Amino acid sequence: MTVSQIEVGAEVEDLVQRAPWPVLLMDMIRRKPLGAAGAFIVVFFILIAAFANVIAPYDPTANAFDRMHMAPGAEHWFGTDQFGRDLMSRLIYGARTALFVGFVAAFVGSTLGLVLGVASAYFGGLFDLVLQRIMDVFMAFPLIIMALAVVAILGSGIQNVIIAITIPFIPHCARVVRSSALSVREIPYIDAARACGFGHSRIILRHMVPNVMAPYLIMLTAFVGQAILLEASLSYLGLGVQEPTPAWGLMLQGGAEEYAESAPWIAIFPGLAITLAVFAFNLFGDAVRDALDPKLRSQ
Amino acid sequence: MTGRLWKTAPRLAVAAGLGVAVAFGAAGAVAETPKKGGVLKYVVPAEPPSFDGHRETTFALIHPIAPFYSVLIRVNPDNPGSPTDFVCDLCTEMPQASDDGKKYTFALRKGVTFHDGSALTAQDVVATFEKIINPPEGVASARKAFFVMVEKVSAADDHTVVFDLKYPSGAFIPALANPYNFIYAKAKLDQDIHWYEKNVMGSGPFVFKERQPGALISGERNADYYHEGKPYLDGFEAIFAKKQSLRVQAIRGGRAAIEFRGFPPKSRDDLKKALGDDITVQESDWNCVLLATPNQKVKPFDDPRVRRALSLAIDRWGGSKYLSEIAIVKTVGGVAFPGHPLAATREELEQIAGYWPDLEKSRAEAKRLLAEAGASNLKFTVNNRAVDQPYKIVGTWLIDQWKQIGLEVEQRVQPTGPFYATLRQKKDFDVSIDFNCQAVVNPLLDVSKFISGNRSGNSYGGYEDPEVDKMFDAMNRAADPAEQRKLMRAFEQRVLNDQVHSMITLWWYRIIPHRSEVKGWKISPSHYLNQDLSGVWLDG
Amino acid sequence: MYKYTIKRILLMVPTLFGAAVLVFFLLRLIPGDICELRLAGTGGYVDDEAVKICQQENNLDKPQYVQFFDWIAGFARGDLGTSMWTGQPITHEIALRFELSLQVAIMATVISILLAIPLGTISAIKQDTWIDYVVRGFSIAGIAMPSFWLGILIILGLLITTQAWFGGAWMPPIHYTPIWEDPVANLSQLIWPALATGYRYSAVATRMTRSAMLEVLREDYVRTARAKGLKEQVIVNRHALKNALLPVVTVIGIEFAFLMGGLVVTEQVFNLNGLGKLFVEAVTNHDYTLTQSLVMLVALIFVVTNFLVDLLYAWLDPRIRYS
Repeated sequence: MTVSQIEVGAEVEDLVQRAPWPVLLMDMIRRKPLGAAGAFIVVFFILIAAFANVIAPYDPTANAFDRMHMAPGAEHWFGTDQFGRDLMSRLIYGARTALFVGFVAAFVGSTLGLVLGVASAYFGGLFDLVLQRIMDVFMAFPLIIMALAVVAILGSGIQNVIIAITIPFIPHCARVVRSSALSVREIPYIDAARACGFGHSRIILRHMVPNVMAPYLIMLTAFVGQAILLEASLSYLGLGVQEPTPAWGLMLQGGAEEYAESAPWIAIFPGLAITLAVFAFNLFGDAVRDALDPKLRSQ
Repeated sequence: MTGRLWKTAPRLAVAAGLGVAVAFGAAGAVAETPKKGGVLKYVVPAEPPSFDGHRETTFALIHPIAPFYSVLIRVNPDNPGSPTDFVCDLCTEMPQASDDGKKYTFALRKGVTFHDGSALTAQDVVATFEKIINPPEGVASARKAFFVMVEKVSAADDHTVVFDLKYPSGAFIPALANPYNFIYAKAKLDQDIHWYEKNVMGSGPFVFKERQPGALISGERNADYYHEGKPYLDGFEAIFAKKQSLRVQAIRGGRAAIEFRGFPPKSRDDLKKALGDDITVQESDWNCVLLATPNQKVKPFDDPRVRRALSLAIDRWGGSKYLSEIAIVKTVGGVAFPGHPLAATREELEQIAGYWPDLEKSRAEAKRLLAEAGASNLKFTVNNRAVDQPYKIVGTWLIDQWKQIGLEVEQRVQPTGPFYATLRQKKDFDVSIDFNCQAVVNPLLDVSKFISGNRSGNSYGGYEDPEVDKMFDAMNRAADPAEQRKLMRAFEQRVLNDQVHSMITLWWYRIIPHRSEVKGWKISPSHYLNQDLSGVWLDG
Repeated sequence: MYKYTIKRILLMVPTLFGAAVLVFFLLRLIPGDICELRLAGTGGYVDDEAVKICQQENNLDKPQYVQFFDWIAGFARGDLGTSMWTGQPITHEIALRFELSLQVAIMATVISILLAIPLGTISAIKQDTWIDYVVRGFSIAGIAMPSFWLGILIILGLLITTQAWFGGAWMPPIHYTPIWEDPVANLSQLIWPALATGYRYSAVATRMTRSAMLEVLREDYVRTARAKGLKEQVIVNRHALKNALLPVVTVIGIEFAFLMGGLVVTEQVFNLNGLGKLFVEAVTNHDYTLTQSLVMLVALIFVVTNFLVDLLYAWLDPRIRYS
């Protein structure tokens, strides 16, 4: 464990022993108001996504041609779209799509990055050199363009969108993890472990990985928001999740934009949902970074 | 094909002409005197590949490039709504076929010059059609097959061009009127047969000014144009804008005066609401149809009962009402362009599965057929093209239609390239959205979309049906229009009702809301036709 | 320094070669080709022979390794070839779009610096006060907003406000005019996307400025300056900011490189005829030659910018070049 993690752990334990949870919560809000706000919104979206089928007032994919382009009102709080579908229900189910893509892409991307980064640092030499050059190539490729090509090759199902978003994350995370892991490698106890005759996998898993958890978690939280945004961008370009699946980026594409002047609600609410979700993940991610990165900690 | 269809043309032309006259009378519009001057700005959804009309097939070439060129004959610019009214551009008079319908002699206008000042003679016309009909090795000609009936093109003298046909054919004149048959200069073609791919030099109403890659193509008035007093405009700017919303906004915000492809009805209403009398709307049926084609190489779509059930589930009459508010489709029709004499009437359509007036009955029958075929809980994927209008909108609607007979359908949307790779090479789809879109209205040829895959370049259902092919040939050889019509009904019955080789969803509907200052442009049933802009003028 | 420079230059070669291999084979994995798309994609009659001729003209009938070496050989000679879609030289296709993208990138970078440095500094000085929270909220909102959505809102806002205030709807020009031909037309088109992206990219730079300032403000020499009784303003402007700028420069440099080819979505919204839009068009058209050249151009800009940033870093901070 890094110093910072031990400290965080200690602080939390301290608080747990000292105070009941409402006090603990208040303390956190006081000390990290932005991070706390982010965490609240994230939890809010997770709950919405989890209970979408309970909360949503309408079937998100059922067409109703007698109620096309209805303005927000008592029946449809957020109005309806060009197929007469209830926007609120589509937003609620859209949270499911967004969070699913966000979490899976971020987790897979940063975990593969972690593995490659640590391996690169541990083995060093030619392996490191070649792997780093490959990472360079992927870094020089613009994110969205890589995603464009991958979706064009694999097609635009939700799993392909996740793959397209994940690939560019890997080198970014690997780069950061590698530089932390390099400093760990020089620490004597790794040498000691090697001298004890432990296998590579054991040393990597037991000794190196725990030491690079901080940058890994920072990257992981930062990627969730980025993945949601990228998915929205791909959908907007017509290459993401497809109709009739409810997805926020998709809802902004086509009719929403075309009829923005006469039916602005179709364009405004999904954009707000994306912004709010990504905003929350970023606030939360910043708080995680502040907590885990000792250099940036405020005293 | 026979010569009969063409022989019926004058009669149809008169009828269509009357229709237009009535429309004008009703509007109470006195013919306005065109004003000269001004630059027309219009938006085009895509950038053309090369400049060569002979080898490209996209309308994106016609919109910015057609104003630079002359053609031999064309649809009547004063009556572009008629599918059978053709008039001269470079020739002086529409010829009568001689030699039992096997010889057409065109007299050319005298004194026509290319934009570089050289004279346009019969040799240029011959060289042009030689390139289209008998391209040299390695030169692509997209519509070569339209001219299979042509034996020889020759110049009798400097101002007379003669087409000798192998056999009389009603398809010849419509093929000749195809808007892509730009007349090129022989001198340029002799110098380099590929010259026109990268250069523009015609004899049309406008002279090429510049191309900004990806942004615009512009032209200036041709002062030496041979149609007296035309063109009225000083020039034009064709601005490329891929996003439809942006094209609508461009007209809303006055950055462009018109778009020539077509907008959805809601955009028309929004523009009309925002700009009132500053917007004029022109509408027409469109010679494009959106299809859903099952892949008969894949189970259970090899079973006609399943295909019929899919078609029965589609509420075409309702869709025509509702879907037409958000998509550029509207008209319920069979295999032939609605409004053409060969098209089915409503009573005839209502005999076809999926067109029955009683929707409940249709859907009950669909469920029964599915159960009988053992495919009640069928799940499948519909292959679609990553274009909103009308593909994805109609695709989304179809999925909802099929859901109502208990089918679970997913949409697989692909960019145009992979979409066509699926249809033409990989053939790994269950059901695919498909479309048929032609320039000059010619149902006898247009329905070649539905014949066997080994005979048609664009039939993607994976079936071979000799019966359908036989009907197609018989129809094209039939002499009498009434006989053609009867055969067309039998063909339609087989393709849409008995075998359900393809499902016609709805025919497209073309809506052009434009700035009211644009005058002298008339809508036609195809976004390929009547685009040389020579008669267009700006009021104010 | 000399050795370091040489080493960094040599490291660029494998990166670029790798990018070339990657783009070449990635493109050919996409089903379909330009000729099918061009001649069959229009819904009308398809002439299979014309499709075949088109494929021959574009060398698509040759084995892939031949196509690859032809391309690399041409590239090494400085000959980018012609676009498969338009048949025009690629340099001609790219020139105007490059100009536009460069201008937007510069404008967006300027806007992003103008936002980031004062906001980041204030945020650091007023750390953990409401000012800090508002600034951070504002800048994070910039990253959180999808750029295309912001674009939609800007265009919509312009249409509606001009309609309401001046009685006629105004929207930005939809095609590019070079700045020396007509600065008004040029700026009235490009300022909106520059604002949207500048705001977006200021967020990272603001955060970087803030944390760099926080670190510097704790350094000994700042304490010394304070102890000497210097005014806080002087300390911040003279001492702290200057030293905090180094990491900010890095971030801005890397972002600039990204802006050159990465404005794919923003360019769509505003119909900007730049490199990002060209990228999407080239990929969807299966225009292999053009896409390949574009990827190489963007990768080159990326590695060169990184190189320059590193060099600047090494020059400013001697510890790096000796490590």
